[in-house]
Amino acid sequence: MIQYLKVRPLPDVLEGWRQKIERIASGLGLDFFDTRFEMVSYDKMSEIASYGGFPTRYPHWRFGMEYERLSKSHTYGLSKIYELVINNDPCYAYLLEGNEFVDQKLVMAHVYGHADFFKHNFWFSRTNRRMLDTMANHATRIRRYQDLYGVTVVEEFIDVCLSLENLIDLHSPYRPKNTEKDDRPKGDLPDELIGDVDSLPRLQAKEYMDEYVNPENFMEQQRKKQKDETDKQTKFPVSAQRDVMLFLMQEAPLTRWQRNVLGIVRDEAYYFAPQGMTKILNEGWASYWHTHMMTRTGIMEGSEVIDYADRHSRCTVMHKGRLNPYKLGIELFRHIEERWNLGRFGKDYEECSDMAERANWNRQTGLGREKIFEVRKHHNDITFLDEYLTPEFCAEHKLFTFGHNARANEWQIASREFKEVKTKLLTQLTNMGQPVIEVDDANFNNRSELLLTHRHDGVDLDVSYGQATLQNLYRLWKRPVHIATSKGDRPTLLSFDGKDHSEAEFDQSA
Amino acid sequence: MRIRQDHSRFRQIVRGKVRQNLRQYISSGELIGKQGKDRVSIPVPQIDIPRFRFNSQDGGGVGQGEGEPGDSLGPGDQEPGEGEAGEGEGEKALEVDVTLDELAQILGEELQLPRIEPRGEKAVVTERDKYTGIRPVGPNSLRNFKRTYKAALKRSIAMGQYNAKNPVILPIKDDMRYRSWSTVKSPQSNAVVIYMMDVSGSMGDEQKEIVRIESFWINTWLKSQYEGIETRYIVHDATAREVDEHTFFHTRESGGTMISSAYRLAAQILDADYPSADWNIYPFHFSDGDNWSVDDTRACVQLLKDVLIPSSNQFSYGQVESPYGSGQFIKDLKDNFKVGDDECALVCSEIKNKDAIVGSIKEFLGTGR
Repeated sequence: MIQYLKVRPLPDVLEGWRQKIERIASGLGLDFFDTRFEMVSYDKMSEIASYGGFPTRYPHWRFGMEYERLSKSHTYGLSKIYELVINNDPCYAYLLEGNEFVDQKLVMAHVYGHADFFKHNFWFSRTNRRMLDTMANHATRIRRYQDLYGVTVVEEFIDVCLSLENLIDLHSPYRPKNTEKDDRPKGDLPDELIGDVDSLPRLQAKEYMDEYVNPENFMEQQRKKQKDETDKQTKFPVSAQRDVMLFLMQEAPLTRWQRNVLGIVRDEAYYFAPQGMTKILNEGWASYWHTHMMTRTGIMEGSEVIDYADRHSRCTVMHKGRLNPYKLGIELFRHIEERWNLGRFGKDYEECSDMAERANWNRQTGLGREKIFEVRKHHNDITFLDEYLTPEFCAEHKLFTFGHNARANEWQIASREFKEVKTKLLTQLTNMGQPVIEVDDANFNNRSELLLTHRHDGVDLDVSYGQATLQNLYRLWKRPVHIATSKGDRPTLLSFDGKDHSEAEFDQSA
Repeated sequence: MRIRQDHSRFRQIVRGKVRQNLRQYISSGELIGKQGKDRVSIPVPQIDIPRFRFNSQDGGGVGQGEGEPGDSLGPGDQEPGEGEAGEGEGEKALEVDVTLDELAQILGEELQLPRIEPRGEKAVVTERDKYTGIRPVGPNSLRNFKRTYKAALKRSIAMGQYNAKNPVILPIKDDMRYRSWSTVKSPQSNAVVIYMMDVSGSMGDEQKEIVRIESFWINTWLKSQYEGIETRYIVHDATAREVDEHTFFHTRESGGTMISSAYRLAAQILDADYPSADWNIYPFHFSDGDNWSVDDTRACVQLLKDVLIPSSNQFSYGQVESPYGSGQFIKDLKDNFKVGDDECALVCSEIKNKDAIVGSIKEFLGTGR
């Protein structure tokens, strides 16, 4: 038996509460994988949290760095990890030794919310539910590579991979798998036939009408189109590829172990991605349920109310200039529940322009609970906010956008307009706040140099970070690497040729 | 624990023992971070793996709270609200907010500074009342309810009056218990720190910044060692004058340098306000090592020998490297005193740049005097 599977049983009292809370959660309609709780010391908690919730990860210094941060903040009394749960079947969750009962109950209620979310949210549907084992296997593999090739060599290579970790295609797990065949361009023509009129697609017509149905300028267009198609075929990849890591795995000149390590880092990035994509929704959902369970189902004793209120408000407090996903999420869920309970949705409500009527709108539809279950099933943060953030909510919760004022060198509130707040929120969440970068051309300049393209949508890349990343990319590609981006309005090409960085103006269309 | 291995690896990287190429990404920042009210943020070493990412100051974001458009959310280097703890993987620049006391403790641990033993028995004695026990008489305001009740319970059981079905306990006068106190005498030690700085033309902004950081840390440490601490500031070029803290760090004079003027003024201040029998005295002098003349240097040495060193716990001289200074003064001091000798209460330290501050603090405070 592997060591981590031996979960120490909870003390009797807590186990009693656990069973009770589990029953209540199920009774409320939550449905989850079997959830196992373990009580750990703060030190162990810091360790597990540094490993992203897993008992075993491959050896790497960044976990140590995280550990130093967590254990130091714990020692200096700055923060405390209350709750930790991992998306796995069964779910594993950790309770901190020495917390008060009310804390433990709160955490358990919260965890069942997460566990339900993991199981039912669409964006988690493609995640590996045996990740605990997979992570352990990754660890074994990397340890073996370190034995074979040296600790530093492997570690350095992991650093390089991590540097490209955010270059994955967040949506690819949800698309039907492309088969090899579909990638190939259709209608491959032998070279000698290119430009041959007869091979050009033409509209069907009787022979005597052909001249009119397929006039010369139309045929010219067709010829051009076909030529473009063939040009494309000489370009590789045929169309821009978002999953840069996959592309490198397939095409970069790597040894077998390097390819495997890159694959491991990529797998783990995909595993963690849905957690980033549903942060607001997931925390909102869990908080909604812990509040409900704690305050309405008799889990809490009278003497615990103050402590509970303290913990709860600490977790949903809003700081100036900071958006708390717990707060935003729980309030949005409540907002939705209220709207659907009162029937504030649909054509009639949307089109009602009488403010007084809107404010008192109540159709006693009572669909709130059903609706929020539906929301947790289908949405991620972006679609969630896009669909349910209303001007009323925005005003009630005092949301604002902020920006940097370079002259005063300070951050300032920019606007409270609903449209701007929403746009900013969505922009920020798009691609989890990472720049959208694709592999554009693997034979750039016809010298097998690698060209990435940053789809610039108003925010520039950080140049010094970009250059450092290019250096790492070069270590994989082993030929000069470039990234096409913009500085403000000016298209720019950042390049690294193995020795020097350069920066040039760049015309994308050329 | 498994994490120990990763942790020690990380420490090794931070200390530069392995993986030199990663050092460039270590954000150690300045030793001293933002200073709020009695709290400072110190950056914890963090290695940033480079990624393609947005230029943070272009972005901005969404927040929640009161305020009108145009209101400030804080100074511009760091995005407001960064550093939220969360699950999963995420990169955060880390700053730990600590109180000055904790900071001193960390400083002491990191640099392995010895605790200072205050000089002599002559320290001021203060008296303090402390609750130490229980007695049967006293004022009602100091009545100890629990002990009174216990005594009453004991008595009623002993007298056979106690009825478990109707547990009524009535204390009588003999049962009453009161808190009692005694007066403790504890020695209180006071210290004065006199900062002297050369503000002649050759001391640039960078040099002053170094002095500012260094004196902040020295203050933090000494404050943790003494209950009462006073600071006095002297600036000098060819003449010396006493200034307040702000002026000390922000004036810029020009002209020549006569160090003896500052030493003379320091001696006067000590003579007037701080008799060495009652005070622990710490003069610090920072300059770029340029002095006007050999005669003046001789006067300095004389002042140090006769007045300053004998009355001080330790006299510290820090020499900041500047492009204009000759750096001669430290050599003169070393020629005239047995610097580095245990008996000699003069400590000299050369501070080449900001990175050298830590080392120099250790030189100054590592003696435990």
